[in-house]
Amino acid sequence: MKTYKSLFSIAVLSLAFFGLPTLTRADEASDTGKEIEHYREMIDDPMANPGYFNVDRGEQLWQTPRGSKAVSLQTCDLGKGPGVVDGAYAELPRFFADANKVMDLEQRLLWCMKTIQDLDTADVLSRKFASTGTTSDMEDLVSYIANKSNGMKFHLSLATAQEKEAYAVGRELFYRRSSLLDFSCATCHGEDGKRIRLQELPNLSKPGKDAQSTMGSWPAYRMSQSQTRTMQNRIFDCYRQMRMPPPDYASDGITALITYLNKQAEGGVINVPSIKR
Amino acid sequence: MSRRSNDKLLMRNLFGTCALAVVAALFQWITPVRADPRADAIERPSAEVMARALKSIWPNPKAGWEKRIEQDDTQSSCSRYRNDPPSEEAKAITERETARIVLPTDGKVLGDWKAGEKIASSGRGGQFSDPPGTENGGNCYACHQLAKSEVAYGTLGPSLTNYGKDRGYSLDAAKAAYAKIFDSEATFACSNMPRFGIHGFLSEQQIKDVVAFLFDKESPVNK
Repeated sequence: MKTYKSLFSIAVLSLAFFGLPTLTRADEASDTGKEIEHYREMIDDPMANPGYFNVDRGEQLWQTPRGSKAVSLQTCDLGKGPGVVDGAYAELPRFFADANKVMDLEQRLLWCMKTIQDLDTADVLSRKFASTGTTSDMEDLVSYIANKSNGMKFHLSLATAQEKEAYAVGRELFYRRSSLLDFSCATCHGEDGKRIRLQELPNLSKPGKDAQSTMGSWPAYRMSQSQTRTMQNRIFDCYRQMRMPPPDYASDGITALITYLNKQAEGGVINVPSIKR
Repeated sequence: MSRRSNDKLLMRNLFGTCALAVVAALFQWITPVRADPRADAIERPSAEVMARALKSIWPNPKAGWEKRIEQDDTQSSCSRYRNDPPSEEAKAITERETARIVLPTDGKVLGDWKAGEKIASSGRGGQFSDPPGTENGGNCYACHQLAKSEVAYGTLGPSLTNYGKDRGYSLDAAKAAYAKIFDSEATFACSNMPRFGIHGFLSEQQIKDVVAFLFDKESPVNK
C-alpha cells in the first residue's frame, strides 16, 4: 500500500511539475481541459486519491473499541445525535451542551475519546499531524467524517450565544495584526484575485465563492507533503508564516476562527478529501 | 400561418429566451453574495473574551516569543479599523511611525544590489520552523514584481519594476525607499507591508542592500 502511495505521489508530482505549466499556454487549451478533467476524476476516484486511505482508516478507527472503557466512538454525538456521521461536518463548529462550549470536529473527537472511551489522548495528540511512517488518528477520523458530508452545504446556524461569540472572536482574530511582520489573516486573504508568488489567494474576508471553495475542499491530500491535512493544520501553517508561536491544536481560539471561516463559506458544497499542491 | 412565419416566431422565442438567460446570468454575476445579515450584526467581543481566546491558542509561548502575541499601538489600531482607519486615526499612525524611523548614521542608503536580490527572494527567518540562526529574508517577491526575469512574483503589493530608473536614480527617492522599507506605515497607515526596520527583522545593512537592488543601474529591476 505504501509503495502504491509513493508511486502515486511521484506520478502526481510529475504531473504537477511537467503537466501544469502547459496550463498557461493558450495553444494547448484542449490539453488543459483534459488535464483538469483528469484532475477532477482523480479527486472523485477513491482508487486514485490518496486521501481515501485516510477515509478508510478513519472509518476503521471510528468503529474500533479503544481506551480503558474499550468502546468505539460510534456513540459519539457530533451534533446530529449519537453516532450520526452523515452531514455532521457541514454544521461544525457548533455548541455542545454536554461540554458547554463550541467545538470543531477535532475538538469534539478529542472530547469523545476522553469521555466515551476514556482514552489517554497524549499519544493521539503526539501524532496530530502525520509524518513519514506515522499515521495520524485525527487526520484519518476527520477525513472519514468530513467525507460523509460530501455533496452537502455548509450551514452554521449560530443560534446560541456561544456560537455567536465564537464567530465574533474568529472574525476579530482574522483581522488581528501582530508579530514581527504585522500580519493578520486579512493581509493575504482580504482582497480578490491576489497572489503570493504564483500561489493564488482566496479572499476569505467576505462570504461567497472563495470561502466556499476553500473551506469545502479541506481536508485535502497535499502533494507537497504527501499527507492528508485538515483545516487545523492549514491554520497552524498560516500562523507559522505569520511568525507567530505554534498555535495550540484544537484550542477554543482556533475553533472560533474556523467558525468564522465556515460561516463565510455558508452554502458552499463540501467535496473532500480534495487534492492540493 | 405560413411555415416561414412559424420559424420566425420560433426564432424570436428562442432569442427572447436566450436574452433572458443572459440577463439572469448577468444579474447573478453583478449581485454580490451578501453576508448573513445576522452574522454581520453580531457584536465584537469584549477585550476580556479576546484575551481568553488568545490565551487558549498560545497558553505557553516559549521565552522571547510572548511579545509576538501582544500588539503595539499601530497593530492594535489597524486591527480595530480593519486596515481602513478614519483620517484622524490614519494621521496619528503616520505621525507616530514617522517619528520612529532611524536612517543610517553614515547617511548612505545604497548597499550591494546582489545581496539585496537574495534578500528579496528569501522568505526565511523568524518562523518557529526555522533553525536557530537562520538569516531573515525580506521576501519582497512574495508580494511585488521586481526583476522582469523573475516571473514568480506576487501581487499583494504594486509592481516595482524599473523602480530606480523611473525615479531618475535620485538619491532622495532612494532615501524615501529606505524609509518605506524601514517603516511602511509612516507613509501609508495600515499598509499590508511589514515594518521591517521597526521590528528589526531586516538589519540596516540588509535594507541598504534591498534599496540598492531597487536603485542600482546594474540591478535587473532597472533592466
